[in-house]
Formats: sequence, C-alpha cells, structure tokens
Amino acid sequence: MMTIKTMLVLFSIAAMPGALLAAQPVVHVEPPNLHGPRQLQDQTATAVVRDYLESWQSLAAALRQNRADLLDQDFVGTAKDKLTDTIHQQAALGIHTRYQDRAHNIQIVFYSPDGLSVQLVDNVEYDERVVDHQKVLTTQHTHTRYIVVMTPAETRWRVRIFQSEPE
Amino acid sequence: MKLRFACLISGILLAALPLAYAQDGRMSLPTTVEAGSAFSIQSSGSGKAVLYIVGPGQVLKRDVQLGETASFPTGSLYNAGHYLAILVAGSSTDNGWFDVAPASKPANLSFLARPSRLSIGLHNGISGTLYIFDVYHNLITKPTPVSFKLSIPSGAVQQRTVTANLGEATTEMDSGTKEGFAKFEAQVDGVSSTRVVEQVPGNPCGLKMSAQPAGNRIHLQTSPVRDCSGNAVPDGTIVTFTENYNGTQSTADVPLKQGIAQVELPAHPGATITVASGVVLGNEIHWQK
Repeated sequence: MMTIKTMLVLFSIAAMPGALLAAQPVVHVEPPNLHGPRQLQDQTATAVVRDYLESWQSLAAALRQNRADLLDQDFVGTAKDKLTDTIHQQAALGIHTRYQDRAHNIQIVFYSPDGLSVQLVDNVEYDERVVDHQKVLTTQHTHTRYIVVMTPAETRWRVRIFQSEPE
Repeated sequence: MKLRFACLISGILLAALPLAYAQDGRMSLPTTVEAGSAFSIQSSGSGKAVLYIVGPGQVLKRDVQLGETASFPTGSLYNAGHYLAILVAGSSTDNGWFDVAPASKPANLSFLARPSRLSIGLHNGISGTLYIFDVYHNLITKPTPVSFKLSIPSGAVQQRTVTANLGEATTEMDSGTKEGFAKFEAQVDGVSSTRVVEQVPGNPCGLKMSAQPAGNRIHLQTSPVRDCSGNAVPDGTIVTFTENYNGTQSTADVPLKQGIAQVELPAHPGATITVASGVVLGNEIHWQK
C-alpha cells in the first residue's frame, strides 16, 4: 500500500517543472584570471556565471521550439541576432534542434575597466539532437570552447557575444 | 528452373545495390573552415542523400549526390562556431563535427571609451575597451596587435600598442593638461575607430577672494578662478561664501560668471568670511571695519 510519504514524494516529482527533471549539467568554475586593471567582486562573478548558465536554458528552449522571443531575457546584440537568424533558418527548413548542456568548465578572463563587459571562456560538453519534420536524424555528444562576452542590463547580465572556437 | 531462380535473385541483388551504396554513404569533412570562405564536402557511395550542417550559429540543408563533391560557395557558412554535419541517405546516417573559424582580417571594431567627459590631469583617467570582429561580426580571437592613440588639445599624443587577447584589448590613458576635446583612436590592421573625450578644467586652484565695504554690507569678489594648470574653471561652477559672526552663520552659493564670483554679505565687525568651491577651500578674511 502506498504510504502518505510515498505519495507526497511522487506528487512532488510530478509537480516539478520539466526543466528540473532534465539532467543538470556539471559546472566547474575556475578562479578568474583577469588581464584587465579592474578587480572583480565575488558577487559580480557569481551573478555573471549564474546568468550565463541560465542563458543555455533559454538557448535550448528557443532552438527546440523555434521561438526567438525566448532569447530576449538572456541574449542581446550580436549573439541574439545570430541565434534569431538560426531559429528562422530552422523554421524555414522544418528543423528543430535540442541542445542539452552536460558540463561546463568556466573561467572569467576579462572585466572591462568601465565595468560594462565581462568575458569568459567555457569548455562545454553538450548533446545536440537534430529533428527534421518530427524525424530524429541524430543525437551527438561533443565538447568545444565558447568565448562569451556579457554586458549588464537592468537586473541581470546578458550574453552579447557567444562564439565557439576551434580548440 | 534453377537458372531462372538464380537470375531472379541476381536481379534483386543488382537492383538493391545502389540503395546499399546509398546507405553506406560516408562523408569527408574539413577540420576547420574560415568563415565565409568556399569549402566542399566529399561523400562516398552512390544515390541521393541529404546533407545537414547544424549549429547554434547557422543551419544549412542541401540535397547531394553521393560519390560527388558537395561544393559550398563563398558566403555559405559565415558564422564562426562548432557545426554538426549529418549525411542522411535512406536509412543510413553519417555524422561528423567541424569548426568554422573567424575570418582573419578585421572589418568591424566595437570601441568603448570612458568617460566621455573628465577633468584634466587624471592619471589613467580614460579607459578604452575594444572588441575586434571580422566582416561577418565574428569575434577574431587570435592574438592581434592593436594601436591606441589619444590626441589631446595641446597637441601631445599618447600611444600604446596592446595585443588583443581572445578578441578584446583594453588600455588606460592620462587626461591632458589643457581643456578641450581629445581624440581617442583604436586601430587594427588598417581599420580604425575614433571616440571623442571632453577634457574639462579640474578643481579650482589657489581660490582667492577680496573684500570691499559697500555701505553696511561687504562686497566680496573672487579673482578669476582657474585650475592648477591655468585653465579657466567654467562659468556656472558654484562658489560658496560663508560668514561667521557671533555664533551665527550666513552662506551664499554663487555661480561663476565670466570667471569670477561676487556677492554682498552684511558687514559685521569681527566676522570671519571664507570662500570655497567643491572640496577646495580658499582664503579667509577677518572683517574689522
């Protein structure tokens, strides 16, 4: 017989948002290695990393659903423009992609003297699934290095440059 | 009968052969492609297939003939990034990864100079941060020399050469000794971007006032107010005159007009009068008349 405790646990799991049920990436943050003159406060570094990791959730949702509006909270400028173009290309071709980040190894490498940009490097592992008109073509695991520039907005840091480069 | 059966089997096998080749279609990918440049992907086998190139930066889909080279002209794949190539031939799929690297030549600079207005004579008071992009707005991450130049109104030039790291370069410059507009320029491989920084006089230096009787009042007037480099402090700057007499205090805030500030305060023999502007304190007068 199912106990009340078991039921509560099952109810809690059922009530969890889908995003929480998905595997969370393993995140490792290296101490900042800044080459600029400005010091980075711990609170700022924490906020930058938090907002960057959240941007992966927005990116995944936007590319999975082909909805550019889901980028608004976390992306701005060139990064947003390029991802928006990709979503339009996917939609035109009937393609959806599912990006699932598995591991991040993040290091902040630059904080501009005016405090208006932070650059970080992320050695990231992720899965990429490609679906063409409901048919899953493939799911592949990969790792690459992202160069990311974030700028402060009203209440959070937003990704302005989001670019993978050859390792 | 046996012969007819053998022929039938052979026919079926021959008919199925192209499909088998198609399902075995494999591709040969470049390791790295420069953004916007032409490239090609060679496949093996025969028959038709569909080639996908998919990444967060761009998506391409193209019908290809197996066994032939699929050529992508200049400008096909222009966003730097890590791309998954998928070749689908019937039920057979081949996958591979390759990278698109930024073009090597800078074309766009994002240059932020701060502040846009500052006092003269500040060490490292002006900062410049530069991000370097190619023609497709990819960040050029390879080490790149950057020249920063600050031309100040007196004609002096400060110059620094910095190597951009991961597409970014930063520097700091001193503001000059003369008020006016300074040109702050960043230059990379023939591409430049200029910002204007206004240098304004610093705090007053040697603030001095004089006093003259004016009936039952005192007429107070400053000498022309200048900063320590001799630049006139701008009109509108507030000068504060304070009179202390017998435990009471009178204050008058007066804006500079044509370089001087003047005011009249009640004349109290034995009063002490001081003058200040911002954090700078001027001389003190003891009124005895």
